[in-house]
Amino acid sequence: MKNLYELTVVEALKLLESREITSFELVTSCLNRIEEMEPTINAFIHISKESALEQAKAIDEKRAKGEKLGRLAGIPYSLKDVYNTKDLPTTAGSKVLEGYVSPYDATVQRKLQSKDAILIGKTNCDPFGFGSSTENSAYGITHNPIDTERVPGGSSGGSGAAVQYGGGLFSIGEDTGGSIRCPASFCGIVGLKPTYGRVSRYGSIAYASSYDTVGPMTKDVRDSALILEIIAGIDELDATTSNDPVPTYQSTLDTSLKGKRVGVVKEYLGEGVDSDVKDAILKAIEVYKELGCEIVEISLPNTEYAIAAYYVIGISEASSNLARMDGIRFGLDVNTNEWKEKIIKTRGEGFSPEEKRRVMVGTYALSAGYADKYYNKAQQVRAVLKQDMLKAFENVDILLTPTMPVTAPKIGENTDDPLKMWLMDAFTVTINPVGVPALSIPAGKDSNGMPIGMQLIGPHFGEDILYNFAYQYEQKVKE
Amino acid sequence: MESNYELIIGLEVHVQSKTKSKMFCSCDSNYFNTPPNTHVCPVCFGLPGALPVPNRRAVELCIKTSLALNCEISKDTKFDRKNYFYPDLPKGFQISQYDKPIGLNGNLEIETVSGLKRIGITRVHQEEDTGKSIHNNGETFLDFNKSGVPLIEIVSEPDFRTKEEVTTYCKRLRQIVRYLKISNADMERGEMRFELNMSLRKAGETSLPNYKVEVKNIASISVLEKVIDYEIRRQSEILDQGETPKQETRGLIDMTGETTSQRSKENEADYRYFPEPDIPLIEISDEMISKIRKELVELPQQKKERYIKDFGIEASNAETIISDVQTYKEFETLVKNTDKAVIFEVAKWYTGEYFALQNNSIKNSNFSPSSLVELVTLVTEKKITRANAKDALIESYTTGKTIEEIIKEKGYEVVSDMGQIEKVVDTIMSSNPKAVDDARKNPNAAMFLVGQAMRELKGQADAQSVKDLIMSKLK
Repeated sequence: MKNLYELTVVEALKLLESREITSFELVTSCLNRIEEMEPTINAFIHISKESALEQAKAIDEKRAKGEKLGRLAGIPYSLKDVYNTKDLPTTAGSKVLEGYVSPYDATVQRKLQSKDAILIGKTNCDPFGFGSSTENSAYGITHNPIDTERVPGGSSGGSGAAVQYGGGLFSIGEDTGGSIRCPASFCGIVGLKPTYGRVSRYGSIAYASSYDTVGPMTKDVRDSALILEIIAGIDELDATTSNDPVPTYQSTLDTSLKGKRVGVVKEYLGEGVDSDVKDAILKAIEVYKELGCEIVEISLPNTEYAIAAYYVIGISEASSNLARMDGIRFGLDVNTNEWKEKIIKTRGEGFSPEEKRRVMVGTYALSAGYADKYYNKAQQVRAVLKQDMLKAFENVDILLTPTMPVTAPKIGENTDDPLKMWLMDAFTVTINPVGVPALSIPAGKDSNGMPIGMQLIGPHFGEDILYNFAYQYEQKVKE
Repeated sequence: MESNYELIIGLEVHVQSKTKSKMFCSCDSNYFNTPPNTHVCPVCFGLPGALPVPNRRAVELCIKTSLALNCEISKDTKFDRKNYFYPDLPKGFQISQYDKPIGLNGNLEIETVSGLKRIGITRVHQEEDTGKSIHNNGETFLDFNKSGVPLIEIVSEPDFRTKEEVTTYCKRLRQIVRYLKISNADMERGEMRFELNMSLRKAGETSLPNYKVEVKNIASISVLEKVIDYEIRRQSEILDQGETPKQETRGLIDMTGETTSQRSKENEADYRYFPEPDIPLIEISDEMISKIRKELVELPQQKKERYIKDFGIEASNAETIISDVQTYKEFETLVKNTDKAVIFEVAKWYTGEYFALQNNSIKNSNFSPSSLVELVTLVTEKKITRANAKDALIESYTTGKTIEEIIKEKGYEVVSDMGQIEKVVDTIMSSNPKAVDDARKNPNAAMFLVGQAMRELKGQADAQSVKDLIMSKLK
């Protein structure tokens, strides 16, 4: 039998409900796994050992008494450390929030708690989501559990690594330009960036408000569908959430794909894509053909402008979102009482070079005389990208691309070249300005044994379509 | 003002909307006199991860203000971020509106010495208040109870040419927001604040001056007047020397109106406005506009004009009555079933004797304001003399007795029986033959006879009728 920490959520729920295992055993297994792996991986910033065990015991007792329990009763999970929690500190991976304990819970945390899931810890990330490697965190680098010399991807790298090695059965990541999908790809797990507005952002420390999404990172597709059913939906605390009803995503996983159309974006299989990655995607295309799909070549001709537009808008919003990190009401204490000096010192000492880079460039892009050239122009590009995408979905059900053009790089490989790092995200960052959902699922391995991720992109609120396509693929390649 | 220069003023007025909760969170917006930092939540305290959700009622009140000021309504409006650092600005930006304010291109007509004048309203927009910095002994304390309270900003065109126009406008605006229950506009509570944009130009010039002085954070109309006086002196002295005043933002030193330079044009703040990404665009439907339009009541200027036109109320009396909601409501209740012909007289008494009583005497709790209408009606019907009516009003106000009781007690009933009056007049005339003679030669001398007759009638007759009767008998 598998170790308990290796179980999927759905598997574990079955065993818990049939009383073959207890939540205490499950949580203990994950905590032991964390203890074993953390010295080399560093996926977590905070671990809540005692309260997780206590909560597990309480749930086991309730179950023994036959009391009604939530849908995720007894399942240990982790949250990316951008989600506010009352019981554990919240740092967003930045020194500027060192020691900060929030007085409130993020909506996603409240929803999971209301379903009796057990928070086991909070995971490492690039500060405020600024990065694709989890090398920028003030709380140390996270290593890829598959090859500890490599990065786990980012910015939700801690979540990716934790789910991969069994530090909790699932994690909630946050995706602004690939921050869920990139680590899912590099760690060989399933990561969903939902439609903008599908899941409440309340309590998620903002990077770029108009891109930020909250999504599950899981071992397989069914788990992802289950978690999304729970965390999705309108929230009166987030004005950008949609009142579109939340489907039962698990119920359409088995729908046949015969006659469905898969769009392959030709620009995303060209130059700069590793040959192993390209081969894996071509193989996946064959799998979809076997499943009865028609393959359609699609062009997204404005992709070359997408990266620039993504960064201009993203860091413009970020520069404003980070303004509240002024040291006056919370966060880093720089030991001065003169307010201007306090703001300057808090930000000077609390922000890493990557945070400073994004705040400064974003501030510049919004400045009088430059806003038209940068921010406003980028918004025009965004509108064009949206049109391109909507047009693509007139012809196909989903788009298929690599998640990342490469597999996990070595730690330090790209840190001297921030621009190269930014460009690595070409296939993921272009999705967020448009707001559509995208799912990264494992699609084989490269010659070094590192996982390759395949990205499925769906129309707005088409998560059910993504899950259906992903699940059919997953089952087919399992055979 | 001294003459050589003409005043150019534009105003920005902030009014605090009368809503239960704050602009973007559910905190109680009624923060006045509450202990510091007790009306705060993650949203208005600017905690990481908190998101703003716009207050629907506040948006409606802003639309209402815009409609009352004859603005066009932006059908698709949005919020924007105004970025700057200050300790009492918790998010590092204020949520305001930039290029799509709720109201645009409106106007407000005010009365001036040369008739009605239309002041252009550039825009009406919705924003949130900041927290409060309290400076004490070199230390600064921060209170965020005020943070996030909804404010409506009303920006005028540079259309004011005199201080009086500014004052009239501010008062009218305050009346309007009170009439419409948009704001209490209580200046002592900071619910109405002013920003002055002012410059001077040589008399006769028509283009706008090439500089502008902005004075922020003016807390009352009286201080605003003092600031204008001060700036007229300061700016004209500079102009007299052939120089141009500096384009700058000035702050108040104290309540005397004196200002001091705060920020010049060179280091003007760049607020880096951009659309607030946490709040979707807001579509204002025609249905919503017409629903809000129905909430509009008769505004002060219209009310005044109607009082004058329909009831013949004197302009100054009308102005007093419309000056606040409680007053006009009391007045309108009073005269609800009153004959039109009597209303203008009631207005006179109401704003004269009755106001004086309210200020100078202690009201008996049994006094009913309807006594006023009763009295004025009796006076117009000549059933009581004006002088006796005044005494009766005072008596009723302070003792609570009814008018009927007082008239009976004091014997104030006017003798309206012309037969009885004629009898008295005949007696007086026959017992004063010399006076009758004199009066025939000189009509002014008839007043002696009138006086005698009135004395005999104990003042309880209408003097004019007595006089008319005597004059007719003298012929």
